Amino acid sequence: MEIFWYIIIAIVLAVFFVLDGYDFGVGIIHLFMAKEEKDKEVIAKSAGLFWDSNEVWLVAGGGMLFMAFPTFYASVFSGFYLPLIIVLWLVMFRAIGLEFRSQFNFTMWKAIWDKAFGVSSLLLALFFGIALGNVVRGVNLGGVENGVSLYEKHYFFLPLWNGSFSPTHESPGIIDWFTIIIGLITVVTLAIHGANWIILKTNSSINTNLKHVIFKLTIVQLVLTIFSLGIWQFLVNSNSLDNFFSRPYLLVFPMLYFAALFGLFRIHKISDGQAFTLSTLLIIGGITSSLASMFPVILPSTNTINESLTIFNTSTSQYGLSTAMGWGILGFILLFVYMIIQKRLMGGKIDDMDYGH
Amino acid sequence: MEDMLFYDRMQFAFTITFHYIFPQLTMGLSFLIVFFKWNYLRNKIEKYNDAAKFFMKIFAINFTIGVITGIPMEFQFGTNWAKFSELTGGIIGQTLAMEGMFSFFLESSFLALFIFGEKLMGQKLHLLTGFLVFLGSWASGYFILATNAWMQHPVGYEILENGKYVLTNFSALFSNPWLLPAFLHNQLASMVTSSFVVASIGAFYILQNKYVEHGKLFLKTGVIFGMASSLLVAFPTGDWNAKNVAKHQPASFAAMEGIFETEHAGAEIVLVGQPNMVEKKLDNKIAVPNVLSFLTYQDWDTQISGMDKFTEEELPTNIPALYYAYHIMVGLGTIFIGIMSIAIFFLWRKKLFTIKPLLWTIMFLFPFPYIANITGWYVAELGRQPYLVYGLLKTADGISPTVSSGNTLFTLLGFIGLYFLLGMLFLLLVGKAIHQGPKTQTH
Repeated sequence: MEIFWYIIIAIVLAVFFVLDGYDFGVGIIHLFMAKEEKDKEVIAKSAGLFWDSNEVWLVAGGGMLFMAFPTFYASVFSGFYLPLIIVLWLVMFRAIGLEFRSQFNFTMWKAIWDKAFGVSSLLLALFFGIALGNVVRGVNLGGVENGVSLYEKHYFFLPLWNGSFSPTHESPGIIDWFTIIIGLITVVTLAIHGANWIILKTNSSINTNLKHVIFKLTIVQLVLTIFSLGIWQFLVNSNSLDNFFSRPYLLVFPMLYFAALFGLFRIHKISDGQAFTLSTLLIIGGITSSLASMFPVILPSTNTINESLTIFNTSTSQYGLSTAMGWGILGFILLFVYMIIQKRLMGGKIDDMDYGH
Repeated sequence: MEDMLFYDRMQFAFTITFHYIFPQLTMGLSFLIVFFKWNYLRNKIEKYNDAAKFFMKIFAINFTIGVITGIPMEFQFGTNWAKFSELTGGIIGQTLAMEGMFSFFLESSFLALFIFGEKLMGQKLHLLTGFLVFLGSWASGYFILATNAWMQHPVGYEILENGKYVLTNFSALFSNPWLLPAFLHNQLASMVTSSFVVASIGAFYILQNKYVEHGKLFLKTGVIFGMASSLLVAFPTGDWNAKNVAKHQPASFAAMEGIFETEHAGAEIVLVGQPNMVEKKLDNKIAVPNVLSFLTYQDWDTQISGMDKFTEEELPTNIPALYYAYHIMVGLGTIFIGIMSIAIFFLWRKKLFTIKPLLWTIMFLFPFPYIANITGWYVAELGRQPYLVYGLLKTADGISPTVSSGNTLFTLLGFIGLYFLLGMLFLLLVGKAIHQGPKTQTH
């Protein structure tokens, strides 16, 4: 039953990163690439029309995590207090930028909110990546100092950084050079994904140029991935790849990731839809590989005194989990129906559509 | 420890108060939008369709800000109330996760279709999408009230040896005797807010002599629904809730009614007065004898326990705040019924659209139902103190053990700054939509 909810929540969060991921990516591309007002308008719109229904996936995933693994929810949300609240602020600031840019037709008004949208998208991608980096690196559970736990064994609190910025420090901070690398990988991944979305959904004048950018970013992505894997295995956690040796079928996830990554090198030859599918698979492969490498751990402990959090020691009762499975299945069927209806009515390129009344 | 609790409570109070400005309008407004659209399908008069689309624009602005100020509410359970989440997440997580699953997906999927899809879908499907948005927003209210009802009156649970609360009976969460009255009261209060906003915009257009035909429709609709919901929010639903408090939280009941001393026979109802916590009495009191006993038990002489019957431990922590919140809510509710009755009278005499003082009054009335709604929630939340889960889990025992007060104050200040910006932009956008009027349909 724990495994069922683990998979469901992983799927919901993966969908969130695929969906909201493209509008973060659109923001990043918007910040660096969009120069003419016509492009800025349509690119912002390609995120602006969908962001709020995409963010519902975050709310839903959060709710399920709360219900199924309350101890994990409590531990992680209070332990990563500052970055999570900063993420919330960025989410709001970004939404303000998106919603308000087209309200007035002044150059300066638009310029301000364009920057708000672009910069907060970039920082959000970076912070979500840093968060993922923290989860795979692990934290000092129980706040152990000199062999004594300061808190209950499943609680911790991380400062934004400590002086060393080192992932191997006894009590690492949220931002260290390993988590920053994971943050950069996330920024690059989402930029590729967002660029594919813009090509797919708009007729902006930078579309051809974006394909060259995607090609270059794919090279960067490959280099960063190999670099981070090396650091992870040899410096941060020498057991990080053990799961893949003991359960070789889990290798399907990293294979998915690398297949998608190599597929993207053919960006000039494949169709726009195929390219978007590849960047979608890249995100899914990245997330599932990270989760599979840790399973059934969901937050590793960096000390030897307190055990890591797993899906089994943080879950609620079997009765709660199985009851929720009942309504969960019903909910997903309904959701599937909504998505089909929405898809049928909202396909096609943004600028070809009449979104007036 | 003391100031950790203080800042955690301040941040939650601030963010939830600001958040609830938006859903309280959208829940009621979605009902009125469906009403306008349904009328348009029946009578094919264009201004009804204009009204539906105009208010959907107002709805969309409120919905957007409701979503982005709602995410911090869910997050704060984990960030600031970790112990509470750890212990009770297996129960309240059910209703909160169901809210995401059954209402947010519904609402967000069909809102986009309602706003962009009128031409694509045709009128009947357009009405249906509007109805589904309404359903989603009311379902959201239902799940939140189910969560709150469990905190007010816990049912269907078991406490394990390690202190964790686990669910033993799923359906008990929804048959909780606290839930239905609280839900109906809350939804009707939301109808009051939205009806008053619709009436206020109508009065504004009539007084401005712009979009007068639309203005008349808004005013008439707002006044009729405003009258009905103002009455229903007081009786039977408000009354029903008060009886629930008297039965399940008698100490909170005494505090909110301002009864310091138990009387031998029937209890008086306090209309005005200031709680004096030093001398344990009300200053400048105006009260009517025996009425409270009659309202609560339909008997003039039933004894009602005053605050003297309870220990310090059992009483709410902030009695004056609870007392004022309750009296502001009830006082405003009474004024609403009065003003709406006058408006209905002149509507019946066909003079409503020409009496300027009344139009001005209605125009300026719209902030007050917001105050009544929010003070109503304060009554529920302050009345439950010092508990998070009534009688079982103290608020002080629910906070995050590792988050220092300095960190919480930092984020509270950040929220204040950001919400100030958000509030200004909200007013700007709604003002712009009202200025553009119901006829211009620019996106």
